[in-house]
Amino acid sequence: MHLDHGVTYPHRHTHGAAPVRADGTRRALRIGLGGPVGSGKTATVAALCRALRTELSMAVVTNDIYTREDAEFLLREAVLPPERITAVETGACPHTAIRDDISANLEAVEELEESVGPLDLILIESGGDNLTATFSRGLVDAQVFVIDVAGGDDIPRKGGPGVTTADLLVVNKTDLAPYVGSDLDRMARDAAEQRGELPVAFQSLRGADGVAPVAEWVRERIAAWIVR
Amino acid sequence: MSLAALLVLADGRFPAGGHAHSGGAEAACKAGRIHDAATLEDFCRGRLHTAGLTAAGLAAAAALGLDPAGLDAAADARTPSPALRTAGRRLGRQLLRAARATWPSPELDALAAAFPRGAHQPVVLGLTARSAGLGPDGAAQVAAYESVGGPATATVRLLGLDPFEASGVLARLAPDLDAVAARAVAAALRARTDGTDALPAASSPLLEIAAEVHADWPVRLFAS
Repeated sequence: MHLDHGVTYPHRHTHGAAPVRADGTRRALRIGLGGPVGSGKTATVAALCRALRTELSMAVVTNDIYTREDAEFLLREAVLPPERITAVETGACPHTAIRDDISANLEAVEELEESVGPLDLILIESGGDNLTATFSRGLVDAQVFVIDVAGGDDIPRKGGPGVTTADLLVVNKTDLAPYVGSDLDRMARDAAEQRGELPVAFQSLRGADGVAPVAEWVRERIAAWIVR
Repeated sequence: MSLAALLVLADGRFPAGGHAHSGGAEAACKAGRIHDAATLEDFCRGRLHTAGLTAAGLAAAAALGLDPAGLDAAADARTPSPALRTAGRRLGRQLLRAARATWPSPELDALAAAFPRGAHQPVVLGLTARSAGLGPDGAAQVAAYESVGGPATATVRLLGLDPFEASGVLARLAPDLDAVAARAVAAALRARTDGTDALPAASSPLLEIAAEVHADWPVRLFAS
């Protein structure tokens, strides 16, 4: 008897990737931001919030490794009201919480949608991790991998799942390139070789509106999500 | 009982949120009560015969089909620490999400509807075992194993303890694990006629107190 399955076993309500919430309304687009420690994930999240908060209803989930510092930075900077920022604890394994066992992050995004009402966009920031850390497709709809020029201009060449498969690669702190001897052209060439058609954004958050290319990419994702 | 289903449920990789919890090991390491394999074994034996036995009894009773609401209230009564109650319900909700996707059943759906903020983890575990075709013995075995497996893994991360030594600790606890599971099942069978008061209510005051202190730390690796 399979006829009753839709009623008896509402599978889709227990899966994270389904595009609708339990009440049938469309859920928020979820974008994950990962990358090594200190590459500028939190700064990018803060800049995105400032750039997009007037046009989109947003919330943020942070995955701090052992403190609440990332969440507290966003609160202190007042990029969003406090009820729109929540922190997940990761038991010393930030990659586990975004890839192998996503249950705590799914709880967090669903609680945000329940508590602050309909959302257009939820940014999920990973704890700083290594080059192999990627988000589960059960948790996010798209992922951004953030590296910086000071971490070494050979990182795009080295590749790894984050660099090669992320939907957007962000190379941050381009203003530092002359001081640390990083060759931006080489990084762009290597990234193109590793990523094929997938986009790369070079940014410096020091200048005015430095997050604009990434914000525009997010807008395109939102537009595609709404018509999907 | 399907042994294979038992392995799936007991696997530390089962995505139910346990990896972020140390079962009190983080507080015990910081206080110096766990500092090597021998002290980890002492800690695990204590936790197994207190919190582990209590959880195993609740899980076995839920697997037998006792009323989940009554069992959830019994779990509350056996968990004095508000921090541990919160952690237990949160883990229960995370397990329920994984369980409904893995072994869908009307009973699990009903539990989710009755406890939107989460039921206590051992109660969810028992109903999950039931949905997976396991009996009370399987549910009790998993609950008992989880009560020591979590702290052992956490201690490897916290102290850099040799992972072979940590596995040795768990292996040496095997006879205790079997005995605790058997006691839990026997109590659950009695609870069918005598009510939830027949279930084990062993507590560890130090675990409860340390959990409250741990919840206030500004810097920590584990959620509990």
